[in-house]
Amino acid sequence: MVRTPAPLRWLLRVVTIGYLFMLIAWPVSLVVRTTFEGGLANLQTALSDPEVVHALQMTGIVAGVAVVANLLFGVGISLLLVRYEFPGKRVLSTLIDVPLSVSPVVVGLALLLVYNSRDGWLGRPLDAAGLQVIFATPGMVMATVFVALPLVIREVVPVLEEVGDEQEQAARSLGANGVQTFWRVTLPSIKWAVVYGVVLSLARSLGEFGAVKIVSGNVVEKTQTTTLVVEQTYQNFEQGTAYAAAFLLAFASVLCIVIVSILRPKDPA
Amino acid sequence: MSIEVAGVSKRFGDFVALDDVSVTIPSGQLTALLGPSGGGKSTLLRIIAGLESSDTGTIHIEGTEATHLPAQKRNVGFVFQHYAAFKHMSVAKNVAFGLEIRRRPKNEVRARVDELLRLVHLQQFAHRLPAQLSGGQRQRMALARALAVEPTVLLLDEPFGALDAKVRKELRDWLRRLHDEVHVTTVFVTHDQEEALEVADEIVVINEGRIEQVGTPDQLYDEPANDFVMSFLGPVTRLDGELVRPHDLDVLDHDRVLGATPGTVTRVVRVGFEVRLAVRTAVEPDVSVVLTRAEARGLGVDVGSPVWLVPTRGATTVPVMPRATAG
Ligand SMILES: Nc1ncnc2c1ncn2[C@@H]1O[C@H](COP(=O)(O)OP(=O)(O)OP(=O)(O)O)[C@@H](O)[C@H]1O
Ligand SMILES: [Mg+2]
Repeated sequence: MVRTPAPLRWLLRVVTIGYLFMLIAWPVSLVVRTTFEGGLANLQTALSDPEVVHALQMTGIVAGVAVVANLLFGVGISLLLVRYEFPGKRVLSTLIDVPLSVSPVVVGLALLLVYNSRDGWLGRPLDAAGLQVIFATPGMVMATVFVALPLVIREVVPVLEEVGDEQEQAARSLGANGVQTFWRVTLPSIKWAVVYGVVLSLARSLGEFGAVKIVSGNVVEKTQTTTLVVEQTYQNFEQGTAYAAAFLLAFASVLCIVIVSILRPKDPA
Repeated sequence: MSIEVAGVSKRFGDFVALDDVSVTIPSGQLTALLGPSGGGKSTLLRIIAGLESSDTGTIHIEGTEATHLPAQKRNVGFVFQHYAAFKHMSVAKNVAFGLEIRRRPKNEVRARVDELLRLVHLQQFAHRLPAQLSGGQRQRMALARALAVEPTVLLLDEPFGALDAKVRKELRDWLRRLHDEVHVTTVFVTHDQEEALEVADEIVVINEGRIEQVGTPDQLYDEPANDFVMSFLGPVTRLDGELVRPHDLDVLDHDRVLGATPGTVTRVVRVGFEVRLAVRTAVEPDVSVVLTRAEARGLGVDVGSPVWLVPTRGATTVPVMPRATAG
């Protein structure tokens, strides 16, 4: 390794730490401080507000379903992309990045156009069949799945590529069928990538705002998620409640990441 | 009863990896697939194992039509050059894999794993992870894993290719002894002619997707089918339009032998017990000759000495032929 002179090393450290502090640590700690300014009062107010409680439940449902969907499709699509050759593979690979590059607001509008029950191309037949997508839970789940889709895939694809398919071939030649090979060989070797991808997409799903705001219609105690409730309470000058809800969101996300970094082995195999 | 490969061709895009290959690999023997890099050895082995599909042709394994059987139904043991160890499983679990897939009773699995680990001298490493083994140990584990399911045939793709020369030689001798114990029909790929000549009962020489010759090590060495096989199996030099081994040439200091080729010594190199000469004759390039030190001293050759060259009695020679360049 190249030795950097000591003063420069110190400068680099100070700049990095200062940068992270100003950008992340300080603002987030202020949210925590404001939340607990009057002891547990803010949290108690928030948790006794039925709007907030409903929004928390809504966030739980939407994020939960979205994460399960992203887990299944994410692992499936990753396998497809790495292990199989098919026409249109490059197109698919590019499409997967779209949610990362397009603003969630645009995602929301796009879903609205396709699935609204008045003149949506798919929305009308679905509505006739009794399934309301827009301004209801299905649409919110779809929007959340959409924005968080690439996170599992981005984690899993490089690991699958690195592991290679020799172990899978060995399993096959030892008599394992496709399903057995997946459960016994493929999945254990990408386990940590999957866990990490799921945590990232859970954190992302908990925090989604723009796309959900558009497709949900933001109906209080119906389709309002926690992020939406934060915005609304803040604008209604219920600062304490807003900070408490924001704190709960941040806490859940940080908790996930902390748990994973404790569980994750030092040297991921 | 054997492996029968009939009319197998395989293309990768425009590239012909195997061109109408037909060969019968005898039962219960240790057969080497020998050839230069890129010749199609791995491709053929993987087609036999069902890890790759052929474009045309058929495969029979011990009398069973296997052409369209998926890999997991062929009951073939495959050993990969880079071990393909299951990294998240202990050595014992690796070896037990095939048996657990076959849902054998627990105590039977344990007994069989013990037996195999003893066979490959890894019994004290049963609980280690593959990452905690040396390359040679990993490869022995892979071998035990493949043998655990009692495969009809055992296929090894350059099993010792990634190991250093000494371990390689040890494992090669060990494979030979192991085969003498278990007698399973075994095919191993190598591009090392010494390895093939030393270990195999039968050698299949493959080059550019085609089979050049099939035979015992002696047959190949003594009666090479063509100049490719001859030059692939050991050093050769060219004398009078024929390929001959440098140590199969007699060097004379007189012209009284009929048909001897006259020349002049241009270089003398002494390496250990042998003396290598370069002899300039009427045609390029110089002929190389290998003598023992005693022979060289007896002749008194030095740079500039006039000599006459003739193949030893019983020497193997093959006419040099311009190779057909048919596509
Ligand atoms: N999946 C593939 N796609 C394209 N070309 C391939 C593929 N597999 C093999 N080939 C080509 O087919 C030819 C034969 O390959 P193969 O691996 O059988 O050679 P080999 O005799 O085993 O060589 P080596 O001793 O280097 O392993 C090579 O030229 C290789 O580039
Ligand atoms: Mg090969």
